[in-house]
Amino acid sequence: MSTTLKHTQPEQFQHSDLEIRSVDTMCVNESNLSHPWWYNFKYAAAGLVFGVVLVKAEIVSWFRIQEMFRLESFHMYGVIGTAVMIGAISVFIIKALKVKTIYGEEITFQDKKFNRGQIFGGLTFGLGWAMTGACPGPLFAQIGSGALVIGATLISAIAGTWVYGYFRDKLPH
Amino acid sequence: MELLSNPWPWWAAGILIGLTVPALLILGNKHFGISANLRHICAACLPAGISFFKYEWKKEIWNFFFVGGILAGAVLAATLLNNPDPVQIHPALASDLATNGIVETSGLVPSDLFNLDSLLTLRGFVLMVLGGFLVGFGTRYAGGCTSGHAIMGLSNLQWPSLIATISFMVGGFLMANLILPYILSL
Repeated sequence: MSTTLKHTQPEQFQHSDLEIRSVDTMCVNESNLSHPWWYNFKYAAAGLVFGVVLVKAEIVSWFRIQEMFRLESFHMYGVIGTAVMIGAISVFIIKALKVKTIYGEEITFQDKKFNRGQIFGGLTFGLGWAMTGACPGPLFAQIGSGALVIGATLISAIAGTWVYGYFRDKLPH
Repeated sequence: MELLSNPWPWWAAGILIGLTVPALLILGNKHFGISANLRHICAACLPAGISFFKYEWKKEIWNFFFVGGILAGAVLAATLLNNPDPVQIHPALASDLATNGIVETSGLVPSDLFNLDSLLTLRGFVLMVLGGFLVGFGTRYAGGCTSGHAIMGLSNLQWPSLIATISFMVGGFLMANLILPYILSL
């Protein structure tokens, strides 16, 4: 795990911090504001509501995920379908009315480029989703709801991300 | 209170999850996406000189607060808002699980499969450790998970996110219907 040469890029290929963060990540942004760290608690509040919903609507239930993939229940399709609809309407309104953040900053969107990783990685994640009954968010919710053993799954997911980063250059994209 | 502690209907959950998208955007131009946290943890703890992990992860700590909130929200939901009734499960799923000795269905995850003792059995190891690995590897390879691609990406009408979402579903269908029955019988 020492620093290897193949991962250090020549000077002319050095990228900006935002560019590196944008690689293989759907969602990045850059803000010029600098706030005290505890300003981040507003995101914890949003997460709190989200966590309650995940558990109370049984979205993090292994059983509901199996039912979704076995076409035995409409529940998860209803949840995701409604969420996308509400999200899309919200994004449309934000763009149309040029809504600003609560600090008056512009809200920005980046278009995502297609690469084959979205297929290969997507299939890989789908396999894991049906095994664990959890995507990354629900992993945290399953642990919070008392299934502490899922901590092992979370650590393994972090390891999976690390291994991806290590072999990224060799994988087809 | 009873209304809150009973299982919430899909539409209520869908509306609240959908509203997470504008909430994060309006709170600070943040884009909903949870799997990125796994990458930030790598960047913070073990970047190991890998360029993919060499960035200013501290700029993304808002997302750690967000998952911290998820954890706290789940604790709240499982304690104060706990529903004492057994979880309703489709009879066909229940009988398929019962043939493999999975009968305890009261929790969010089947405790017959996901417990500390079974972590060291082949079946438990495959489900928890290999399953988790595939989640972490796959989401980063795909550039996002259910939140980043299926919710945020589709909300922003990104067609690569549609391809990713379809791939998630294909993988899930293959696992749940063709491979998982074999794993459960281990």
